[in-house]
Amino acid sequence: MTDEWVAALRGTAAERAEATARLYDLLLRIARSELHRRSGQHRITGPEQDDLAHQAAGDALLAITAKLDQFRGESRFTTWAFKFVMLEVSTKIGRHFWRTATVRLDAEDWERLPDRLGFDPDQQSEWHDLLAALRKAVDEELTEHQRRLFVAIVLDGTPADAVAAKFTTNRNAIYKALFDARRKIRANLVANGYLDHDTSRRA
Amino acid sequence: MNGRAALERFLATDPYDTGCDEAIEILHVYAELVATDPAEAERLHPGVAAHLHACGPCAEDLTGLLAAISESGA
Repeated sequence: MTDEWVAALRGTAAERAEATARLYDLLLRIARSELHRRSGQHRITGPEQDDLAHQAAGDALLAITAKLDQFRGESRFTTWAFKFVMLEVSTKIGRHFWRTATVRLDAEDWERLPDRLGFDPDQQSEWHDLLAALRKAVDEELTEHQRRLFVAIVLDGTPADAVAAKFTTNRNAIYKALFDARRKIRANLVANGYLDHDTSRRA
Repeated sequence: MNGRAALERFLATDPYDTGCDEAIEILHVYAELVATDPAEAERLHPGVAAHLHACGPCAEDLTGLLAAISESGA
């Protein structure tokens, strides 16, 4: 099947047209399923959701045909193709977030952090100092950019793909900035005795 | 998971973590491995596995890709 897809997409004009149409139908089905599967993460429903599915399928198809030479046969063609659908669905959900968001990027609601992390409110005496130290570490150790990302994603719970859309950047850049921020915060908390040394995961 | 454990997990960083770009680059290969043998997938691609443990959005894409593989009967 993989060879058939690739051959058809590189074939005559008639073969390419037929294969492209068939591939679009498949991508659309997957996009619809994925948007349904993620329905707990977005508030997109009805015709708007279907429109988003069409956009995701269409943009995925464009990426697939543009990058066909990059397909190396290390997986089935359809698995490789479906990956583009997932990425497009993620991007579009991220962009759509701001149409209905009620939170500002700089809301900075530190009061929500204990609940977001699952700290028991009845045991505040146990974690109050730790979280105060965490806030101090965020204020003192992070760059302004890292701090904005921490506030948006960790404090305010804004999805990373939505933050990427707002800052006109990409998920990888955000992840790397937060990765560095996490290391800095951890180092600070270890140095000040709030966390034990060296519990970092190793692959 | 209690608050302290969740905080420690959030702050734990793996030096082998590949980051999003590299994980996404081979996500289709990794997904097919996971679909048949998750332990083998982690053994062959430890840096990708480390990243997917830490990155919610990439992990979500993998979950979606696995669902798509299953749905398509591939």
